[in-house]
Parts: sequence; C-alpha cells; structure tokens
Amino acid sequence: MEYFLQQLINGVTLGSIYGLIAIGYTMVYGIIGMINFAHGDIFMIGSFIALILVVALGITAATPVLMLVLALGLVLVLAMALTAVWGWSVERIAYRPLRGSFRLAPLITAIGASITLQNFVQLSQGARNKPLQPLISGDFQLTDGGADGSAFIVNLSYVQILIVLTTVTLMAGFTYLINKTSLGRSQRACEQDRKMAALLGVNVDRTISLTFVMGAMLAAVAGVMFLLYYGVIDFYIGFLAGVKAFTAAVLGGIGSLPGAMLGGLLIGLIETFWSGYFSVEYKDVAAFSILAIVLIFMPEGLLGKPEVEKV
Amino acid sequence: MSAQPLLRIRGLQTFYGKIQALHGVDMDVYEGEIVTLIGANGAGKSTLMMSICGDPQAREGSIEYLGENITGKPTYEIMRTGIAQSPEGRRIFPRMTVLENLLMGGMRSQPEHFEEELKRVFDLFPRLKERQHQRGGTLSGGEQQMLAIARALMSRPKLLLLDEPSLGLAPIIVKQIFEAIAELNRSDGLTVFLVEQNAYHALKLAHRGYVMVNGLITMQGSGAELLARDDVKAAYLEGGRH
Ligand SMILES: Nc1ncnc2c1ncn2[C@@H]1O[C@H](COP(=O)(O)OP(=O)(O)OP(=O)(O)O)[C@@H](O)[C@H]1O
Ligand SMILES: [Mg+2]
Repeated sequence: MEYFLQQLINGVTLGSIYGLIAIGYTMVYGIIGMINFAHGDIFMIGSFIALILVVALGITAATPVLMLVLALGLVLVLAMALTAVWGWSVERIAYRPLRGSFRLAPLITAIGASITLQNFVQLSQGARNKPLQPLISGDFQLTDGGADGSAFIVNLSYVQILIVLTTVTLMAGFTYLINKTSLGRSQRACEQDRKMAALLGVNVDRTISLTFVMGAMLAAVAGVMFLLYYGVIDFYIGFLAGVKAFTAAVLGGIGSLPGAMLGGLLIGLIETFWSGYFSVEYKDVAAFSILAIVLIFMPEGLLGKPEVEKV
Repeated sequence: MSAQPLLRIRGLQTFYGKIQALHGVDMDVYEGEIVTLIGANGAGKSTLMMSICGDPQAREGSIEYLGENITGKPTYEIMRTGIAQSPEGRRIFPRMTVLENLLMGGMRSQPEHFEEELKRVFDLFPRLKERQHQRGGTLSGGEQQMLAIARALMSRPKLLLLDEPSLGLAPIIVKQIFEAIAELNRSDGLTVFLVEQNAYHALKLAHRGYVMVNGLITMQGSGAELLARDDVKAAYLEGGRH
C-alpha cells in the first residue's frame, strides 16, 4: 500500500510534466492540423535555457529561501519568454512558408526543425549530460517506517508539490484563456474554420503564431520542472519526453485541451507504475505500445471531439 | 444616392489557380442601396463576394470601398473597415455556442457596444435568443442562417454582403429573413449586396440588380426593370415564383 501511494505521487508528478508538453501538441494540431514534431525539442531548449540561467544567476541550494524563490521565479519567466521566441521562430521559418502546400510538406520540415534544434544544442552545449545540484531539497514523510522501522516510507518532496501546484495553476489559467477570452475564442475560431475567422476580422497568421508561443511557454515550464525534478538533462530529452507527451495528446484525443491534460496524467501514471511493478528497462516501450494501441483501436482518443456536425 | 459609390468594382478578374472565374466585372453599390446579383450555378457570384473580401485576391482590376483601393489587402484588414459577410454555406462555428458565434462577429467593434448589438440582433431573430447557449453545429438549417446573418450584423457594418441567405429554407423563414433585410436597410440605412438563387424575391426586394453569366455581368437595371424582362424571366424566374 505504501509503495502504491509512492508510485501514485511520482506518477502524478511525471504526468504533470507530460501534460504541460502535451497541450502544445494538441493546440497546434487543433489550429493547423499538423503535428509539430519539433515541440519536444522546444521543451528541451526550455530546460537548457533554465539551466544556463540558474548557473548564470549563481543559484545554489545555499541561496536563502526567499532569494531562491524569487530567483527561480525569474528563471521560470525568462525561460518562458526565451523559449517562446524559439517556438515562434520555428513556426515562422519551418511552417508558415509551407502553409497551403501539400500536407506532408510541413511534416518534413517539422522533423528537420527537430533535428536542427537537437544538433544545435548538442554542438553548443556538448553531448554529455548536464547535471544540476538539487536546488530544492526536503520532503514530507507521509508514513513512518512502521513499528519496527522496516516498512516502506512514502515521501512527498517539495519539488513534487511545486510541480503539481504550478501545473494545476497553469492549466486552470490556460483553460480560462481558451474558453473565456477573446484571444482564446479567436484560436478556437481558427481551429474550426480559418476562412470564416478571417472574414470576421481575425488575423489568422498572428493567431497561429500566438498558439505556438503559448505552447512553447508551457513546454518551457515543463522544461524547468524537469530540470528541478531530475537534476540532469541532455540534448536528447526532448525526443523521449516529446513522444510521450504526444502519446498523451493522442490518448486524450488530439485537439482536445482537457484530453491533453488527462492523457498526460495517465501516461505519467502508467509509466511510473510500469517501472514500479514490472521493469524499469521497458518503461519507454510502455508508452510506445499505448500509442500504437490507441491509434489502432481508439484513434479519436478519450476526449476527442465529437464529429457530429451539420455542414 | 450620392455621386460616389460605396463600393466600386472595375475590370475585376479572379482565378482559382489556372481557372478563371471572373472575367472583368464592373459593378457599383451606392450607400443605402440594396443591390442584388443573380445568375446560374457556377456563374461566379460567390467568387465575386469573396473577392471583395480579398479571398481569393483579384488578379486584375480594382475594388474601391469608401473611395479607397482595397484590392490586395489581407482579408482581416478589409473586414475591419465596416464590411461584413454572411458567406455561402453559413460557416457557423459548430463547436461554439450561439452567443460565442455572435461574440466572434462583434470582435471588430468596441466591446462596450456588444450588449447593444446583441439586443438588436435578438430583437431581429428572437429564436436566437432562446438558443443562445446551444452549440452552433446543432442548430437547424434555418437557425444557422439566422445566426450567420446576425453574426455579420454584430460588427454594425456599413456594407453587408449576403450570399444566398434563403438557401434551403422554408418559404416562411425566407420571408422573415427578407423582411429583416428590408427593415435594416430602411431603419439603419444599411447597404446590402445580396446574392440570390431566389431571383424573384431578390429582385422585388432590391433597388437594383445585376445578372452574371460565366464570370461577366450581362445585364443590369432596377429590380422592377429586370423582373419585367422576358430573358430574365425565362432564365431565372420560371418555376422560381414562390
Ligand atoms: N476553390 C475553388 N477552386 C477551383 N474552382 C473554384 C473554386 N471555387 C469556385 N470555383 C469555380 O469557380 C466558378 C464560380 O464559382 P462560384 O462559387 O463563384 O459560383 P456561384 O455563382 O456562387 O454558384 P452557386 O450559385 O452554385 O453558388 C465555378 O466554375 C466553380 O467551379
Ligand atoms: Mg455561390
């Protein structure tokens, strides 16, 4: 039971990170009907930007708590802003010139953009792992070791709390933005009928750009959280996390925002429980298998949009 | 009728790739008028309406609106200058509520006018008020048509472009919609450019009309004049009188 609880906590944490990345996939797919394969690498860039900022600002575990909080807040905001520039550029360079050409064209440039970003980071930052000393340590012990001290102790670390709280806050804010603001309405309008949106005065290109920017910002948050949680990153993290977040988006129903969040959570839980109870080696296979199974048996996903529409 | 037309189109040619759809269209719409364009299927009526809005863009010729050349401007900019269109096929956002569709229509005008505009279109189409929280995709065809027109009106346009507002609707609803158009024209001085299959109703309603054949204007005149012509009757009115 204790072991189960621990896996649950770990799974929700990991699922939060996947969920944040998955939103970027699902939003871009919703609005331009294309999988942005470079999105995982945008997440990786966000993580690297955060690492560089942490080092540049001289943040360590010894930094006083108040300073640490402020400094990490600054890192988060800057990482979001800088990563957004990358997301925006990818759209401008790799996708917009191809808008209106045949469907596979942007897919090819997406893969090109992904490889370019990976190689750029590999060359500029080196191919080796980049470690970061834990900045936030400490945890709550949710159980004691039992009477004889031999039982499993369930830990809930501060970092985990931070990750889940940040994710929940962002997702709430984001859901509001999409559903209730004029920008969100324009995005949904472009998603449903781009031609009509333009006829109502929506600047479609700008709306698409903003969608990439928003997706990149959430991926940057995920990147910062990943860095804080695992304490080590390399130029390749974007690929694996990207595939899993993509799986999450498909599982939840590609194009659906709540679907991406739910899918992220489920993939995080499945991966964690799989490693906890079966085998750590095959945890990535679990995600890929789910992707295959979902695509075959349930291509519209758990919360995919209902296609009953009058034309 | 002022000397300068609100909308002035000269020598307009539009292509879809290599296929030419408009072969040099000349047309004027004056402020306060209802002008109708009739023609057979595939004549190029919808193409003309969309060309005014810059999608597809004209390859040759000019479109002037309020004395300014708008040819070649991006659609979203043209649509922010007081032109609104209820396009062919209605194009309601299916996964948005009626209210959200109307909000989209009102995006171009000041947010503080929204309530006022909303009241206006709800007075015009009370049915939409009852249905305001229903999703656009689940409305009936007639309700969708009302919504398409209402959405276009939300921006309080100077020039309203309507592409076949009567398509697929019961005669009683067609009558309502045409009455609504006439009323907006009378009371608000709204200028309307109307494309219709339903030539009889359209020519009765309009001050002036144009007839388009294969991407060219072949006849023009007052609504009554065109209605009286034998060739118009033969081509567009037989059996269409309901
Ligand atoms: N997107 C397109 N691509 C290629 N050709 C098109 C396109 N849209 C319209 N056309 C062609 O242009 C011509 C004019 O079409 P348009 O839709 O303007 O006709 P219309 O007068 O509105 O007809 P209807 O009364 O049936 O609505 C037609 O021959 C049509 O096949
Ligand atoms: Mg048409």
